[in-house]
Amino acid sequence: MTVTDTGTTTGPAPALVRLTDVSKFYGNIRALQGVSLEVSAGEITCVLGDNGAGKSTLIKIIAGLHRHDAGSFEIEGEETVLANPRAALDHGIATVYQDLAVVPLMPVWRNFFLGSEPTRGRGPLRRLDVELMRRTTRTELLRMGIDLRDVDQPIGTLSGGERQCVAIARAVHFGAKVLVLDEPTAALGVKQSGVVLKYVAAARDAGLGVVLITHNPHHAYLVGDRFVLLKRGTMAGSHTRDSITLDELTRQMAGGSELDELSHELERVAESGSDSTPPSTPPGPGTPSGTTAP
Amino acid sequence: MSAAAPPADERLAPSSLLRRLLGRPELGAVVGAAAVFVFFSFAADSFLRASSLSTVLYSASTIGIMAVPVAMLMIGGEFDLSAGVMVTTSALFSSMFSYQMTANVWVGVLVSLIVTLAVGFFNGFMLTRTKLPSFIITLGTFLMLTGLNLGFTKLISGSVSTKSIADMEGFDSARALFASQWNVGSVTLKVTILWWFALVAVATWILLRTRAGNWIFAVGGGADAARATGVPVVKTRIGLYMGVALCAWISGQHILFSFDVVQSGEGVGNEFLYIIAAVIGGCLMTGGYGSAIGSAVGAFIFGMTSNGIVYAQWNPDWFKFFLGAMLLLATLLNAWVRKRAEAK
Repeated sequence: MTVTDTGTTTGPAPALVRLTDVSKFYGNIRALQGVSLEVSAGEITCVLGDNGAGKSTLIKIIAGLHRHDAGSFEIEGEETVLANPRAALDHGIATVYQDLAVVPLMPVWRNFFLGSEPTRGRGPLRRLDVELMRRTTRTELLRMGIDLRDVDQPIGTLSGGERQCVAIARAVHFGAKVLVLDEPTAALGVKQSGVVLKYVAAARDAGLGVVLITHNPHHAYLVGDRFVLLKRGTMAGSHTRDSITLDELTRQMAGGSELDELSHELERVAESGSDSTPPSTPPGPGTPSGTTAP
Repeated sequence: MSAAAPPADERLAPSSLLRRLLGRPELGAVVGAAAVFVFFSFAADSFLRASSLSTVLYSASTIGIMAVPVAMLMIGGEFDLSAGVMVTTSALFSSMFSYQMTANVWVGVLVSLIVTLAVGFFNGFMLTRTKLPSFIITLGTFLMLTGLNLGFTKLISGSVSTKSIADMEGFDSARALFASQWNVGSVTLKVTILWWFALVAVATWILLRTRAGNWIFAVGGGADAARATGVPVVKTRIGLYMGVALCAWISGQHILFSFDVVQSGEGVGNEFLYIIAAVIGGCLMTGGYGSAIGSAVGAFIFGMTSNGIVYAQWNPDWFKFFLGAMLLLATLLNAWVRKRAEAK
């Protein structure tokens, strides 16, 4: 197993977020043990893992929802314990969850500023600065390369990819330095996923550090600079882009030797049931174009 | 008539005035109101007289004053089944507190405001604390208030209605505020119409142009998302219930100062009229969508229907059936228009 230890880079600026040997226990259940990860400005770190690998726990620690039980959590070189999601936001860590935290029936511009609405006037005349809100929404989305026909349309009428992009643009606008994306492409089609990945790259180019959680190695490899593989709560691997190929990443992600065993088993099934045709496309998330052959 | 649906991009391109109009929540109600208006114009000769229309307006305003906060609450995703009897509670409290405790009715009126707001707070607090459905919480409040209204009135006044407070200090000035009327020729205009219009205006301002309004839509349309973006969900909900209480107080004071005595059994069933007015006005039962102006149009439909039947000289035995059918039709029309508007 090719495990290159992170944290060896001693560049001029400290990483925006660095986790070292972080563990988390729920009672006697080990949710996460000895996981290290770092993300710097203008970089995308991908966290890959199957269901139950500990991705959600990791996200919750970075987002300030849970505290880690062991290891160190540094933000810009400073050891930190986040008390709540608000504290994470104050440190510039914005998390975009799978449900995106948007209200479908509300117009795009109202969603964009939800909870942080700018106002003008005072006393009983204190009112929403509608003009500013509309204009800012439009320009911020344009900056991310999203050209909305109408910021007044309910956000529920946008496609899943567009909604994801609005949520990302919102996080960027409100001063995020680190963007944590929880499975942004999980529920999307191929084309939509491409659109979202483009904006993830745009956020990186804008100088943000991005933590991309996904179970799709193809999507991860398209944009990622570093890859952290999780498996059953422990770190199964940590690679930089030039130290691993897509095939190897896919193989490790799918469980390596376990996959070999599985394909042997499936072959046997196919041989014994001669008249039943094996499935032409492998079941599973994403659209693996080239599954690793044994 | 079923043309093939054009591709998505073409659909969104035209943004004509008609389309914008169709996107408004009130539109269905306005079309329904126009239909009811035209219907009674033909069915009842006296319907179009100015005096009849002022009666319709008054009748609409009594429902409309409460339909405004109930609509806001419904946009926030909740119901209040106690709204009807809360009006009576507020009136009873003013009357009996003034009669028993003080010489000036204004003291009773102000204490009643505090008590009514406390009932609203109780509803909101219980809802946000227990996380039970608002249907259950406010059904409980509804039953408790109904019992308290009757029990306390009998205990204190010895009958099912309160004693007259017309000779007390402050009665005239309070009546001027809550129950005055003007005669313009043969037409009598009541002050509740002004209260109603003012409430609609304030509610519309709040809903569309303030942070609180943004939060109300967000809490009703997606409470989890609202919480995640830092919207004070609990405060918003409690505030909405206190808004219902505030309007119940206004409504209750109107009843007290226009009739002088209050019947303790009144108000039961009115909560449904408020909800119906809000729903006809375009509020979604599931929250997150609707308008205060729509609730006013809904209340106006109620006013036209309840009085139109009288002007048409129909047997009033049929009133409830006709009202129900009318409301159902208006709602169906509303839903149909909205569906078309969304499909366009």
